[in-house]
Amino acid sequence: MAQHDSTYKPGSRLEHWMDERLPIMRMMHGQFVDFPTPRNLNYLWTFGGILSFCLAVQIVTGIVLAMHYIPTADMAFDSVERIRRDVNYGWLIRNVHAVGASMFFFAVYIHIARGLYYGSYKAPREVLWILGVLLFLLMMATGFLGYTLPWGQMSFWGVTVITNLFSSLDAIVPGLGTKIVTWLWGGFSVSSVTLNRFFSLHYLLPFVIAGVVVLHIWALHVVGQNNPTGLDIKTKADSVPMAPYAVMKDLFGLGVFVLLFAWFVFFAPDYLGHADNYVPANPLVTPPHIVPEWYFLPFYAILRAIPSKLGGVVAMFSAIVVLVFIPWLDTSRVRSARYRPLYKWFLWFFFFSVLALGYLGGKPAEGVYVAWAQFFTAYYFAFFLLIMPIVGVMETPSAMPRSIAESVLGGSGQPAGATSAPEKR
Amino acid sequence: MTTLTSGMKRLAVFALAVVSTPFVAYAAGEAIHIDRQKWNFAGFSGRFDQNQLQRGFQVYKDACAQCHGISRVYFRNLVQPGGPVFNEDAVKGLAATYQIQDGPNDDGKMFKRPGRLSDRVPPPYANEQEARSVHNGAYPPDLSLITKARGVEYQGSLFAHPFHILKDMASGYQEGGADYVYALLTGYAQAPADFKLADGMQYNKAFPGHQISMPPPLSEGAIKFQDGTPATVDQMARDVVAFLHWAGDPKQDERKRMGFLVLVYLGFTALLLYGAKRRIWAKAH
Repeated sequence: MAQHDSTYKPGSRLEHWMDERLPIMRMMHGQFVDFPTPRNLNYLWTFGGILSFCLAVQIVTGIVLAMHYIPTADMAFDSVERIRRDVNYGWLIRNVHAVGASMFFFAVYIHIARGLYYGSYKAPREVLWILGVLLFLLMMATGFLGYTLPWGQMSFWGVTVITNLFSSLDAIVPGLGTKIVTWLWGGFSVSSVTLNRFFSLHYLLPFVIAGVVVLHIWALHVVGQNNPTGLDIKTKADSVPMAPYAVMKDLFGLGVFVLLFAWFVFFAPDYLGHADNYVPANPLVTPPHIVPEWYFLPFYAILRAIPSKLGGVVAMFSAIVVLVFIPWLDTSRVRSARYRPLYKWFLWFFFFSVLALGYLGGKPAEGVYVAWAQFFTAYYFAFFLLIMPIVGVMETPSAMPRSIAESVLGGSGQPAGATSAPEKR
Repeated sequence: MTTLTSGMKRLAVFALAVVSTPFVAYAAGEAIHIDRQKWNFAGFSGRFDQNQLQRGFQVYKDACAQCHGISRVYFRNLVQPGGPVFNEDAVKGLAATYQIQDGPNDDGKMFKRPGRLSDRVPPPYANEQEARSVHNGAYPPDLSLITKARGVEYQGSLFAHPFHILKDMASGYQEGGADYVYALLTGYAQAPADFKLADGMQYNKAFPGHQISMPPPLSEGAIKFQDGTPATVDQMARDVVAFLHWAGDPKQDERKRMGFLVLVYLGFTALLLYGAKRRIWAKAH
C-alpha cells in the first residue's frame, strides 16, 4: 500500500537539484499527494487531520501565552487575568488555548472510538495503535499540567489530589510514595516551585507529542489506513489518491469542526471550565467538590470507584494501559464491528459506559454514584479482558463485501471513472 | 437455593438503586435552587447595556465598595468602549478623590498622590487581615471576578441532564454566576423558626449553608439613580450584577461581535469546502 511509486516529477532546475540531494519533496508528494487512501472512508477518518490541527493551534497559542504568563504562585493568576484584560487580543488567544484543550480531547475521543469500532488496532496496525495510546497518555499529562498553570483553586487542588496519588505507593514500599511526592513537588507542599516545573514540562511535552505524531503518521503510511469495511486495499479501484480526494474531505471536516471550536471560543468560553478556577489558589481553603476537567472524568470515576487508594490508582492507570494489549486481546478475524453482530452491542454498551463514567466522575463520590461507578468500571475492564477475547472466538461474522470498491459502488464495483476493473464476483 | 435467593435479592436492590437514582441526587448534599434570570448581556446576541452598567457602578460604589474591592478594574476601564463608558473627565475627577501610594521618590520616600485613569480602583482594605479584623473574622472577597467564580449546580432529573447540558452549550449559557449573585442579593429573608442562626449572621436563601456575615446590602430607595430609574432592590441587584459581570469580562462585547463575524466567515468557508468536496468526489462514488 505505502510501497507505491511516487509520481513526483521535479519541475524547475531548483527542484531537480534538490531532488538529487534531499528528496523531501518526492517523499511529501508520495506520502501526502498520491498516497492511496481507501475510497470508502467516512467523516470519522477526518479526525486525524483535525487532531494535527489541534496540536498546531495549541502550540502556536501556547507560545504566545508563554510570552505573557508568569509561572510563580504570586503572579500566575494575575498574569492570566492581565492576558484576558490588557494584552491585545489576549482574551482571544487564551480562550482558544483553553477551549482548544477541550476540543483536542473531544477529537481524540472520537478518533479512539473510531479505531475501536472499525478494528483499526488489529494487525498490521498494532504499532500504530500503541503509538496512539502513548500519544493519548502524553496528551493527558500535558492537559493536566496545563490546567495547573492559571493557579486557581481547581488548579491548586487538582495538583494536590493527583500528585498525592503517588503516595499510595507507601502501601507497597513504606516511604517510597511520600518520597516521590516530595520529589514531584520540589518541597513538602504544592508551591511556586511545583508550578514552575509544571510550566517547564507543559512547554516541553507538546514537542514530544509532535515527535510521536510523526512516528504515528509514519506507521500509518507504512500499513495504510483502515476503512469502514476493515478490508485491505487489493486493487486500484479500492483506493483514491490522497490529494485531492481525502484532503478535500479532511478540509470540509475540519471546517465544520472549527465552527464548533469558534462557538465555544466566542460564545461559551467558560462553559467547559470550572467556576472555582476563577478564585485564586488558596492552600487554606479546600473547594467543596474537587473535580478535574471533563475529559478526565471517566478515569477519575474509575479511580474513586475502588475503595482502596492504591487499588484506585492502579485501576485508573490500567484503564489506559489495557489499551496497549487490545490488538492481541481481540481474537476476531474480522476488523470492522460493522460485520460483528454480537460484538457490536457489547462495544456500544462500552461507549455508553465510558460516557456514564464521565458523568459519575463529576458527581460526589457517595451513595449510589459509587455503586454505579463500580458497575461501569467492572464492565470497562470486562469488555477488554473477557468480551474481546471470548466474543471474538464465539461469534459468526455477518456477510461482508468482497472489496472496498464493492462496498461503495454496489454490486459491480465498477466506479464511474475507474481505469481498472475490480475482481469478478 | 440460598445463593439463588440472595442473588435475586441483590438484583432487586440493584433495580431499586436504578429507579431511585434521580431522587437520591436531591438528597445528597443540600441543594439550593437558583432561578435563571433573563440578562440582556446573555447568549448569542446579548450585549451590555451602557446605562445599566452606569447604574450598576453607582450601586457598587454606594452599597458594596465600603467592604468589597474590584481591584482588577482600572479607572481607565470605566471610560473604555464595551463598558459603562462614563465621561472621561468625570472618571478623572473620581480617580483624583482617591489617594494612591506611589514612590519611592528621589529622596527614597513613599508618597501619596491623587489617583489617575491608569490606577486600579483602590480596594477598601490594605490586606485580608485588616478586612477580617474589621469584619469580625469574615472576609469580603474582591468582586472583580465574582460572577465568573460562582456557578449554579444542575438539580433536575438525571435523565434530562445530558439534554440540559447540550441546550446550555448550544445557547452559550455563561450566566450561572450572575444568577447566583442576583439570588444572593435578593435572597435575604427571615430565618425559619427551627433554623439556628449564629450571632451576627444573616439568613440568606441562596448562600450555601444559609448563614452569611454580610448584612443585606441593598434597601429600597437607598440610592437615587441619576437616570431616574426607580431604585427597587430588584433593580439595584440586576444593575450591580450586570456591572460585576462586565468587571469580570470587560471584553465580552468585543468577543461576541468578533465571534459573529468569525462564525459567518467560517460558515461560508465550510459551505465552499463542501461544494468543492462534492465536485471532486462526484465521479469517485
